[in-house]
Amino acid sequence: MKQITFTLNGRKRQWDIAPDETLIDLLRRQGLTGTKRGCDTGMCGSCAVIIDGRAVNACIYYAFQVDGRTVETIEGVGDFDRPHPLQTALADAGAVQCGFCTPGFIMTAKALLDRKPNAEDADFRQHLDGNLCRCTGYVKIEQAIRSCSTAAEGGAQ
Amino acid sequence: MSKREFKVVNKPLRKIDAMSLALGKPAYVGDFKPADALVIKMLGSPHAHARIKSIDISAAEAMPGVHAVLYYGNVPRIVHTTAGQGYPEPSPYDTFMFDSKMRFVGDRVAAVAAESNKIALAALKAIQVEYEVLEPVFRIQDAMQDGAPVIHDEPEAKAVIPVPYDAKRNMAAKVDMEIGDLEKGLAAADVTVDVPFYNHYAQHCPVEPHVSMAWVDREDRIIITTSTQVPFHCRRIVAQTLDVPVQRIRVIKPRIGGGFGAKQEIVLEDVVAMMALRTRRPVYWEYTREEEFVASRTRHPMLMRIRMGAKRDGTITAIGLDATSNTGWNGSQGLTVVCNSGSKMLPLYRCENIHFLGMAVYTNLPAGGAYRGYGATQAAFAFESAMDEIAEKIGMDPLQFRSMNHIRKGETSPVFRALGEGREGVDQAITSCELARCIKAGAKEIGWRKRKPHTAKKGRYRRGIGMACLMQGSAIPEIDMGAASMKMNEDGSFNLLMGATDLGTGSDTVLAQIAAEQLGTTLDKIIVYSSDTDMTPFDVGAYASSTTYLSGQAVLNVAQKVRKQILKVGADMLDCKASELGIEDAKVIRKNGESVTFSEIALYSMYASNQFQIGDMSSKIVHHSPPPFAAHFADVEVDTYTGRVRVVKYVAAADCGTPIHPRLAEGQVEGAVMNGICYALTEEYLFNDKGRMTNGNFGDYKLYTVSDLPEMKTILVPSYEKTGPYGAKSIAEIGINGPLPAIANAIYNACGVRLRTGPFTAEKVWRSLQAGGEIPFEEGH
Repeated sequence: MKQITFTLNGRKRQWDIAPDETLIDLLRRQGLTGTKRGCDTGMCGSCAVIIDGRAVNACIYYAFQVDGRTVETIEGVGDFDRPHPLQTALADAGAVQCGFCTPGFIMTAKALLDRKPNAEDADFRQHLDGNLCRCTGYVKIEQAIRSCSTAAEGGAQ
Repeated sequence: MSKREFKVVNKPLRKIDAMSLALGKPAYVGDFKPADALVIKMLGSPHAHARIKSIDISAAEAMPGVHAVLYYGNVPRIVHTTAGQGYPEPSPYDTFMFDSKMRFVGDRVAAVAAESNKIALAALKAIQVEYEVLEPVFRIQDAMQDGAPVIHDEPEAKAVIPVPYDAKRNMAAKVDMEIGDLEKGLAAADVTVDVPFYNHYAQHCPVEPHVSMAWVDREDRIIITTSTQVPFHCRRIVAQTLDVPVQRIRVIKPRIGGGFGAKQEIVLEDVVAMMALRTRRPVYWEYTREEEFVASRTRHPMLMRIRMGAKRDGTITAIGLDATSNTGWNGSQGLTVVCNSGSKMLPLYRCENIHFLGMAVYTNLPAGGAYRGYGATQAAFAFESAMDEIAEKIGMDPLQFRSMNHIRKGETSPVFRALGEGREGVDQAITSCELARCIKAGAKEIGWRKRKPHTAKKGRYRRGIGMACLMQGSAIPEIDMGAASMKMNEDGSFNLLMGATDLGTGSDTVLAQIAAEQLGTTLDKIIVYSSDTDMTPFDVGAYASSTTYLSGQAVLNVAQKVRKQILKVGADMLDCKASELGIEDAKVIRKNGESVTFSEIALYSMYASNQFQIGDMSSKIVHHSPPPFAAHFADVEVDTYTGRVRVVKYVAAADCGTPIHPRLAEGQVEGAVMNGICYALTEEYLFNDKGRMTNGNFGDYKLYTVSDLPEMKTILVPSYEKTGPYGAKSIAEIGINGPLPAIANAIYNACGVRLRTGPFTAEKVWRSLQAGGEIPFEEGH
């Protein structure tokens, strides 16, 4: 066992980890189950979290690598009384069908919008290229996420 | 058009679980895994066809942290089907929890339950197995040869309903139907086609793989929480497989991370239940993505031969469809999928001479199962491609050819009676059909009028437009049953409990809308709880495009009963007759303006006088299966230097009756179409010569992402299906059937290349171009 110290959703955490434990295993073991396992090989994006501002697949990231860093998961993004605009937009657009891929899309899109609030279509298409959804055909996901850019007509300010 | 104005139905309200899922709240099986759960890992067969000569599990059993090892020697040997279907199942009984015979690469050898993944995987390596390797068979044509290796040579294999079944010849199912006389119809035709098609292997790829867990409670009952589309069938089949009474099992379905048919199957639940009994610990089993590809279920690959004849005036004189599916190592859904290849496409066009021959054949490859479209996908490719070929031969615009022949409201087809799901079907006349308007609207959106023949096109990049018409069904008539119960609470809210299984489609929302509309209240007053075999009434589950149409009627019925009770209490409170009362905005209102609120009514019924629980239960079977209809259009660009195909625009116009939730209905179409586009262009299983899948991961099995999205346009063309709840019929499956034929026809229109096997890879298109239009037909595997 090894101990790591990092910031998780705004709070300092000191957690014991196994040397070969992946970040998704650590998070889910600690009850943060919003980060989903869809493939365990970094190819579906369902486990996307934000590490120091960048979206990362937690299933191919070792827990020890977050030592000293800042991690944000879906649990830190919003709640019923103050959802993030991405969460509201996806829910209202009918972009949440089974919802299993939704946290991953939100984390990936949030990492982009945090860095580039006026992100454009090409940015979204490039950044969301690692997120798979089998239910929606992406049409409503793309519309919802696009509407959260300040570049969108009537989009978030 | 919709016949009436609605308050809740037909409105794009927020899906009731959308926000909790977007917030990442615990919802799915894996989110409820107890901290002390043992994990299960399965040793898969390295051989496609083999017999276990000897197996030694003692070293694995002795490892610290290992709690149980299951294999054929220590579990009951009970033959069953893994297909989650009505009882008795139309699928053959040909599967055991564990067997000494291996029938595909990945077949169950032994399962370990251990304290951790790592220990379980180490234990699998400690299991000593010696195999007698048998000759495998992979192709449909090879499996049907005399002297082919027999995959199910066990004496127990049998069909449990009276249908043709011959395991000794690898025949898992057969159906033969003729209306009129095919040969006569072909002889009467001015032009004919006789062409082969092959539909390839594909997987549903729900982003959540199969996952189940189980424990034994203090009353010695087995509690299974599982990602399933069929909780009640799951309970019945697990009870059968473990030889325990149904009452000892409870199946809970939480949120499901997608199913598309893959989860209409008992894939993990028998083993988790058995392990829970053996270890008396909570046990948890989640498939890896590779296991999901190999050891869950697939689309049935199908070999097709289609014969069609027509007169120069466009009259179709004959349709003959031979469809033979590769059902893989077990016969799950083999008969019914192939039946649907006939029954869901053959009634689409008027024709007096129809022959359909369907078969399902065992091989040593992954097993087919239910997959969105369910046989209609496979048939649509052959059928709608052949329609274009015939139209070209008689020199008619393929749109006009379809328009003059397709079935219309008020008409019927002899196919409806002749072909059901594993038995005779049910006569029905079409009670709603806006296919003509779908064709018109779709053609306008895609720009059909500007379409030119491929001979008029030049240059490296060539655009082409193709179309396809489609139909499906809504539930299985006279077989499927759904039920719902409802009770009223003192604040005027209602608990709606139903067996109907929301697998991510939004059916909880759609069904709550139906209840709210009938009760005269708002969606937020309906508290939905679905699919828990201890708590909710029965429902066959989420398949056969049934939930909105079938379970929706059960919900409508129970809401009608509850509405009557509310009016009765209201009459008591207002001292008048119930017939003087109406309901609006969660209030019972008398003609003179007096009113009582739902909350006052509920409180009165609970505490004041003549107390009783306002509530009821209702069930429903259906006598019709009204087809939804659709017209699909693809605009593609072919790079004639490389053969690469790009879908520029895709238009799907669909008639689903009244869309109860238009946005979710659009979502069903868009999701199905995108899945169909991937199936047409990229998705395929690659097997080595030993039958091992070599691309079972999302790196090598390509699903499209946002960046591949063509311009997509969904047009809902409303009709009113009078037999459905508020005019609704189904929408979930039909959309996946269009892309294969629409894109194939568009490729032909772009560059004169006719593709008869998917996926339409650059290599296939390029080779066809080099060959001057077509390459020799080959059955893939």
